[in-house]
Amino acid sequence: MRDFPLIFEQSVSGRRGFGLPDPDVPARPLEELVPQQALRRRPPALPEVSELDVVRHYTRLSHRNFSIDEGFYPLGSCTMKYNPKLHEEVARLPGFARLHPYTPEELAQGALQLLWELGEELRELAGMDAVTFQPAAGAHGELVGLLVIRAYFASRGEKRTRVIVPDSAHGTNPATAAMVGYEVVTVRSDARGNLDLVALEEHLDERTAAVMLTNPNTLGLFEEQVDRIAERVHAAGAQMYLDGANFNAMVGITRPGDQGFDVMHMNLHKTFSTPHGGGGPGAGVVAVKSHLEPFLPVPVVVREGDRYRLDFDRPQSVGRVRAFYGNFANLVRAYAYLRTVGAEGLRAVAEHAVLHANYLRVRLAPYYEIPYDRICKHEFVASGVRQKRRDGVTTRDIAKRLLDYGFHAPTVYFPLIVEEAIMIEPTETESLQTLDAFVDAMVAIDRECQEDPEKVRTAPHTTAVGRLDEVRAARSPDLRWKPA
Amino acid sequence: MYPEDYRYSTEHEWAKRENGRVRVGITRFAADRLTDVVYVELPQVGSEVRFMQPFGVVESVKAASELYAPVSGRVVEVNERLRDHPELVNEDPHGEGWMIVVEATDPSELDRLMDAQAYRQHIGEA
Amino acid sequence: MRYIPTTPEEREYMLRLIGVRSVEDLFADVPDSVRLRRPLRLRPALSDPEVLRYLGALANRNAHADRLTCFVGAGAYDHFVPPAVWQLVGRGEFLTAYTPYQAEIMQGELQATYEYQTMVCELLGMEVANASMYDGASALGEAAVMARDLTKRDRVVVSRAVHPEYRQVLRTYTEPLGIRVVELPHEAGTTPPGPRELNGRTAAVVVQHPNFFGCLEDVRGWAEAAHGAGALLVVACSDPLAFGLLEPPGALGADIIAAEGQPLGNPLNFGGPYLGIIATRQEFVRRMPGRLVGATVDRHGRRGFVLTLQTREQHIRREKATSNICTNEALNALAAAVYLSLLGPQGVRQVAELCLRKADYLKSRVAELPGFQLPFRAPTFHEFVVRTPRPAEALVRALIREGFLAGLPLGRFYRGMRDCLLVAVTETRTREEMDRFVEALERACRRGRQAVGGRVL
Repeated sequence: MRDFPLIFEQSVSGRRGFGLPDPDVPARPLEELVPQQALRRRPPALPEVSELDVVRHYTRLSHRNFSIDEGFYPLGSCTMKYNPKLHEEVARLPGFARLHPYTPEELAQGALQLLWELGEELRELAGMDAVTFQPAAGAHGELVGLLVIRAYFASRGEKRTRVIVPDSAHGTNPATAAMVGYEVVTVRSDARGNLDLVALEEHLDERTAAVMLTNPNTLGLFEEQVDRIAERVHAAGAQMYLDGANFNAMVGITRPGDQGFDVMHMNLHKTFSTPHGGGGPGAGVVAVKSHLEPFLPVPVVVREGDRYRLDFDRPQSVGRVRAFYGNFANLVRAYAYLRTVGAEGLRAVAEHAVLHANYLRVRLAPYYEIPYDRICKHEFVASGVRQKRRDGVTTRDIAKRLLDYGFHAPTVYFPLIVEEAIMIEPTETESLQTLDAFVDAMVAIDRECQEDPEKVRTAPHTTAVGRLDEVRAARSPDLRWKPA
Repeated sequence: MYPEDYRYSTEHEWAKRENGRVRVGITRFAADRLTDVVYVELPQVGSEVRFMQPFGVVESVKAASELYAPVSGRVVEVNERLRDHPELVNEDPHGEGWMIVVEATDPSELDRLMDAQAYRQHIGEA
Repeated sequence: MRYIPTTPEEREYMLRLIGVRSVEDLFADVPDSVRLRRPLRLRPALSDPEVLRYLGALANRNAHADRLTCFVGAGAYDHFVPPAVWQLVGRGEFLTAYTPYQAEIMQGELQATYEYQTMVCELLGMEVANASMYDGASALGEAAVMARDLTKRDRVVVSRAVHPEYRQVLRTYTEPLGIRVVELPHEAGTTPPGPRELNGRTAAVVVQHPNFFGCLEDVRGWAEAAHGAGALLVVACSDPLAFGLLEPPGALGADIIAAEGQPLGNPLNFGGPYLGIIATRQEFVRRMPGRLVGATVDRHGRRGFVLTLQTREQHIRREKATSNICTNEALNALAAAVYLSLLGPQGVRQVAELCLRKADYLKSRVAELPGFQLPFRAPTFHEFVVRTPRPAEALVRALIREGFLAGLPLGRFYRGMRDCLLVAVTETRTREEMDRFVEALERACRRGRQAVGGRVL
C-alpha cells in the first residue's frame, strides 16, 4: 500500500494556486528599495500546487481525522462537548473577524461591550470579582494566576516560595509553578480520592504561596472538604488556586468563589463549547477575588457609563502574557454559548454531565475495575488492571481497540495515581443511545480480551494507519520533510 | 541477572569498580520498567558528579527518569554510543549500555550501596 | 436546554439504573456551605435567531477593515486570505477535533502539522519548528527562557525596536525566573550591532526583523556579536511574509526565531487567536517548548505521523518541563499551512514584493507632503514611521472621518514620538486607496492648521 502523499510530493514546478494583483505602483528596481544583500538567495521549498490540489489534499486529510462532528469523544478532563455551528457564524462576522486590534476604542465599542458582558457573566458563574481575557489557554491562565499571586505577596512584602499540588494534578500545575519560580510540593490523595487534609497540613506553612486544586479533581470526585481546605490554606496565609478544567461539573451548582478559591482559570474550550481545533486555539479566562484585582494583566476592560474602554493604567499589574487582549474569536463563541444556554441551561449542563458520567460508571462497573466507585461528578476513572492481569492486555491496547469501534479513546494513564487508568467524561451533549453504544463497545472489548487478546493487542485494524512506531519517531526524530 | 561484583543504588543505578575508577549504568530492572529507551542525556567529560545527585536523564517515549550518581567524582568517560544507539540500555544494561565512568573522590561511598542480593530483595526478585 | 438531548424519561431511567432518586442526590458530596442556593444572575437566554441578531448588532458597532481602509499593522496585518483557507480549515473534521493523542485516527491533523513545520522551516530558513505557540509575543517570552536553559546564563539584551508589547511579555516571562532584561536603545530606527551590552552572563540578544518601525536590522552583524560573546541570537518577527523576499533570519545566523503567524492566512480577530511560531536549530530541539510532530512508520511499514519528543512536555516532565504549554493554536497553524500551500514559493515572493513596493510608494508620497518627514533612513519592508505635522492621535481621529485607519500613533509606546505614526501597507491596498489617503492626510493637516490660526497643532 502506498504512503499517503505529502503536499510537497504533489509539487510540480511552475504550478500555482493564487491570484494576486499585478503591481499598480511604479516599478522601481528592487535594489533601490532594499540592499541587494538583504534579499533572499534561495526561494523557500514550498509546494507548487494548484488551488484544486490544495483543496483536495486538505479535504482528504480531513477524512483522516476524528472529530466531535464525527463521533463520541469520552476524553476525561477534556470536556469534548458539541460545538454549536451558530457560534462559528457569529465569530466570522466581519465586525469581529476583520477588526484590527489597534482600532481606536471608540470604534470598537461592540467588541469591548461583548468582552464586558462576557466578563460579567463569568464573574457571576465563578463567584469572583474581576476577570482577565488575556490567557490563550488553560495553562496560560495558570501562569497568569500564579503571577498574580506572586505579585500580591510581593506587594505585602512577603516572600513565599512554594506551591502545593495534589498527586492527582494535571502536569500543567507543577510546570506552571516552576515557570513562576516556585518550588513544587506534591501532596498525596487519601483513600477516598480526596486531597489528604492531614498531609496538606504537614506541608502548609509560611513558605506556601498557593495550593492548586482541581475541583472536581481528576478522579472526577468533588473535594468534599474544600471549605475546610480553604480555611486551613487561608489560615496559613496562602492563596487557593482552582484549575477550572472541570468547571463543567459545577456550573450553577456551586461557585469556586464560594468554595474559598481566590483565583481560577476557566477553559472556554471545555465548559463553554468553543471548538478544540485539533489542539487549539483555546481561551483561558482568569477570574479573581477583589484583593487580587490590582495585579491582573493589562489591559482590563472597564465600563464608564455607556462607554467601554481598555484600562492600561494599572501600576501593580503583572504586565502582559501575550500581545493584544486575548483569543477574542473564542470569547465571541463562548459568549454566544452563554447567551444561548442561560442560567437554567447552565445548571442543566452540570446536572446532565454528572448524570451521564454516573450512568456510564454504573454500566461499566461489572466489566472494568473502578478504584473509587462512588458517585462521581462529570467524569470517573476506571482501570484496565483486571484485563492486564487476566489477559495480558493493557489499557493502551483497549484504547486502540476502541478506535476500531468508531469511538475516540478515553484519556489513558492519567491521573498517575491510578494504575492503567481509563478516564471517561461523556459530557451533557451525548445521547443515551450514544452512551449505550459506547458501553456495548467496551463490553465487547472486554470479551475480546479474554477470547482473542491478540486482536486487541495489535489494534487498531480499521484505521488509516496501524499502530505507529513511537520509539522510532523519538530515537531518530524526523520533524520536517526535506527536498530530495 | 545482577552481577555479584556490582553495587546497586535504590534509584536503580549500578556501579562497578575498575582500578580505582567506577563505571555506572542503570539496572535491567530499571531498563525494563522504562521500556524502550529513546534518549540518554549525559554529562560532559570533565564535569563533577556528586553522590546520589542527578547527573543525567534517561528517556523512553512516555517517561523521563533522572540518573543519580552512585559515587562522587569527576566524569572521565561518557558512553558516546548511546547518542545514536540508546537501545543498548535495553539490550545490555549491565554491559554495553553503561553510561559514564567516574574518577571517584571517595570510593567508600560505594559501601553505602546495596550488593546484588540486597538489590534483588529491593526490587522484589529475591 | 438547547444542546442536551436527554429526555425526561431517559433521565429517570438513568437515575434508576444509577440507584439514586433524583439528580440532587448526585450532588450530595458538595458541602451545603458551598452550594449556590439561588438561580444564577445571568442575562436571559436567547433563541438562535436572537443570539445572531444581538451579537450581529455588537459586531456592527465595530469599524472593521472592510469599513475603514486599513493602514495600521504593528503586529497584525490585513493581508488577503484566500477563501479556500478557512473553507478548508473550518471543516468540522479539523475544527472539532481534539489534540492528536490517538495518532491512528488523527493522521490528517498530524500530517498537516508536519507539513506546517516544514513550511515554517523553509520560510524562516531554520531546521526545526514546533506545532505552534499562543502568539508571537509569548513565543518570544518562551524563547528567552529557552536561551537561559541552553546557555545557563541569566541576562537577556533586547532592542527597543522590538514590538513594545512583545517586550512587556518578555519581561513577564523572565522576571520570576531571575532573568535580567536589558534594553538597547534604537538609533534612527535600527539597532546597530555591537558588543557594548554583551557580557559573560548574556544568554541572548533579541532583535526584531523587520523591526517594530518596519526597518531592516543587521541580523548577520548581531549573530556575530552575540556568538562572539557566547550568547544566542533570538530574532522576533511580526510578519514572516517578509521572508518571501528577504533573506530569512535562519540563514543569517539566528539561533531561535519567535514569530507571529497571523499574517499567514489568519484573520485580524481583534487580536486573537493568532499563531505563535518558534523555530530553532536541530541541536536545541530538546530544549524547545510545545508539541512536535514527527514522521515514523506503522506496523505494516506505512508512513505515519505522531506527537514526538514528548518528554519535554508538562504531562510527562511536570515541573521539569521546558514549558507549561498544552493547548496551542493548531487550527491557526493549519490555516498557515493551507495558505502557504496556495501561495507556494512564487506566491510568497509576490506578496512580499507587492507589500514592499506599495509601502515604498506610499512612503515617498507621504514624505512629499508639507510638514511630513521620514525620521528614519534605514530600508523598510511594508511598514514605516512618518513624523506628522499634527499629533498623531489627532491625525488618526481626523482620518477616521475620511474612512481610513491611518496607522498606530507611537506616543503610546515611545516618549518623544507623539508626532510619529507607524503606517503599514499590505498587498490588499491599491494605488487609488493610497492616493486618496495621501489627499486625506493633506486635507486633515490643512484643516488642523486653519483651526488653530495657522499654528500647527
